[in-house]
Order: sequence, then C-alpha cells, then structure tokens
Amino acid sequence: MTLLSNTGVLLGKELRTEFRSRELLTTTFVFILIVIVLFSFTFDPTSDESRRFAPGLIWLAFLFASSLMLQPCFLREQHNDTLSALRLSVSDPFAIFLAKLTANTLFLLLTELLLLPFFATMYNVPVLGVLHWLLLVFFLASLGISIAGTALSAISAQARMRELLLPLLMLPLLTPILVASTEVTKALFDRAPFVQWKGVGFLAVFDLVFLTALWLFGEYLLEE
Amino acid sequence: MVFAGRNGSGKTTLLRVAARLVRPSGGTLSFSGEAGSEGADSVRLGLVAHATMVYDELSAEENLLLFARLQRTSQPENHVKALLQEVGLTDRRASLVRTFSRGMRQRVAIARALLHEPAVLLLDEPATGLDPHGVTWLAETIRRLRDSGRTILMSLHGESEISSLGTRAIRLDAGSIAADTRTGATFRSILTFADA
Repeated sequence: MTLLSNTGVLLGKELRTEFRSRELLTTTFVFILIVIVLFSFTFDPTSDESRRFAPGLIWLAFLFASSLMLQPCFLREQHNDTLSALRLSVSDPFAIFLAKLTANTLFLLLTELLLLPFFATMYNVPVLGVLHWLLLVFFLASLGISIAGTALSAISAQARMRELLLPLLMLPLLTPILVASTEVTKALFDRAPFVQWKGVGFLAVFDLVFLTALWLFGEYLLEE
Repeated sequence: MVFAGRNGSGKTTLLRVAARLVRPSGGTLSFSGEAGSEGADSVRLGLVAHATMVYDELSAEENLLLFARLQRTSQPENHVKALLQEVGLTDRRASLVRTFSRGMRQRVAIARALLHEPAVLLLDEPATGLDPHGVTWLAETIRRLRDSGRTILMSLHGESEISSLGTRAIRLDAGSIAADTRTGATFRSILTFADA
C-alpha cells in the first residue's frame, strides 16, 4: 500500500515537472518527426514497400528517441542530489523506479500516438482498422523500453561518459523489443492484417522479466 | 556534536554513511545501541547536505508537500504551512525554487529535513550560502532543536555562532578521529586547528 501511495506521489511530481517544461515531450516528438520526414525524402515508397519497411523504420525512430527521452531521467535527480532526498523519504526504493518508468511509458505512448497520423499519412499505411491492436503493441513495447531504459538510466547517470553510455547499453539490450514489435506491426499492416500472438507474448514476457529484475535488484542501482 | 577537519578528511562521507546513503567500507553503524538496519530503521533521520536536495522546477510549497507525503506526515498541508512560516518563506511559498537565492534555498532544505520531525539531524556545513542574518536564524533553529532533545551531528569549518552550540567536538583527519573533546579550550582549538 505504501509502495503504491509513494509511487502515486512521485508520478505526480514527474508529470507536473514535465508538463510544466515540456522539454522531453517536445524534443522527442520533434526528433521522431524529423526522422520520419527525412526517411520519406530518401525514398518514395509504394504502398507495398511501405507495408514492408515502415514498421521497422518507425520502431527504430521510437527506439532512438527513447534513448534521448530517458537520458535525463536520473540525471535530473543528480542536479541538486534530490535522489538522496528521495532515498531518505521512501521506505521502498522500487517506488522511485515504478514512478519513473510509468511516467516514461506515458510520455512515450503520448509521443507515439501524436505521431501516428503523420506516419500513416506520409507512408500511406492504413492504421484505423487495426488501431486497437497497434495500441496494444505500442503499450507493451513502450513499457519494455521504459523498464529497461529507466534501469540503465540509473546506472549511466553515475558514470563519467553518461551521455554516450545510455544509448550504448540500451540499444543492444532492446534489440529483442525492436524485432518483436516490428514483426507484430508488420503483420498488422499486412493487406490481410492479423495479430502475431508470438510477438505479443514475447513483449509481455520481456516486460515481466525486466520488471521483476528491477524489483529485486533496483535498490542496488541507486546506491552511491 | 560538531565535526571539523580539512577538506577531504571524511566529514561528508561520515554524515552520508550515518544517513545510510553510503554503505560503510568497514565498521558498524549503531543507532540507540542497535547496530544494522534494525537500529537504523527505528530512528528518523533528517539530512541537510551540500546540495539543497530540493527540485528547482517546483515551488517551495510543492517541494515540501512532495516530501511530506512521501514520509507520510499527518496533515501535510498544515505541517508544511507551519514550516514555511518557521523558515520565513510564507510570502514566497508559491515561487519556484530556481528563482530563490542560495540562502533561501538553504532555508527550504532545512525545512525539508525537519518535515518528519527527525530524532537525529545530520547537517553538512549548514551555514553555506547564508548571510549573517541567516546564520543567526540557523543558530537559533539549531539551539531550539537541540534543546527539544534531538541529536544533532554537524560538520563545520572553523569557529562560528553555530559551532558554539556544540557540546562535543571531533576533529577528523583522513577518515579517522584525530581529536575528541567535550568542553573548554580544547573544543575551540579543534575547530580552529581544522580551519588553519
């Protein structure tokens, strides 16, 4: 109960500070939009080509953008040593992770949803018929990216080459998510759309495994 | 208890170990005679460190409410209101901390450390950034807290209005106790030697 209550209070703080500055949301949105537009300049895809390449392209863009978004996650807490204040205030440090990964998932989902119409228009991909399934993939993949990314952000924030370290650690680790979410999205963009349950199941298991690992070992990531 | 010592003598590390933010490389941490997490968990600790440990993007009131709620303080709104009045920031309660002077930030930091009425207060050079008026206010606050029965451990540089409140002085040198006294001329010499 204390864990959930502390998570709620910390989540409120994360949302309040972000919506006050809108730094992360704006940067991530603009970054993904630029990638989508640049790719559309480099080749002029037919409808069939879009169905084949667009899922990989959009998930690559989401993945790179998430490394940008997750970078300040724990760096912000180092500015005034607020992480120490949080550690002294919460009985279970998992609440700090839970609040941050929930906020990151929400920010990623919001960015993805805002960009979906641009993506569908530029690449001529029909998304309306499969929107509910797309939302499920977006949610599971964003959750996985946020869980692993938040943990790695806590590690990299204490390193000297912190700006470079996070993408170097995060991108290889999240390759399975990239592959699975691309495959599921590709199946949804097919002329005869279908749900690739194997991929959906993989994303759910990935989230569960990494969330459990964070719950068990997260405390050690916050130590000085 | 006042800790003195040159830069790098281990004052900050000692206070962070006492706050359980850093795991000690050796020795035992005991609270009320109980070692380990059982002893530590039974004591409420408040820490004022070099950094303010508050969010620049939140107002003074939002910062204090955040930590009051995390620490499950009863009636957090009323408690925060009273603390803001105590540290003289009622008029600026809605201003973002990033707009504050160093002295005002330190006042917020001290209010944050006092939120859950800690039994043990750890102060790492608490007068940093305070003007003479602020130092007098801090000395009064520490005196009041000491007289109310709280244990206060603070690190200081040299003699000051605040150091005179100590009842025991320890000089640290390279992580070890170089001198330890309770009263008299030695007390002053420990503080002045450290500053030399």
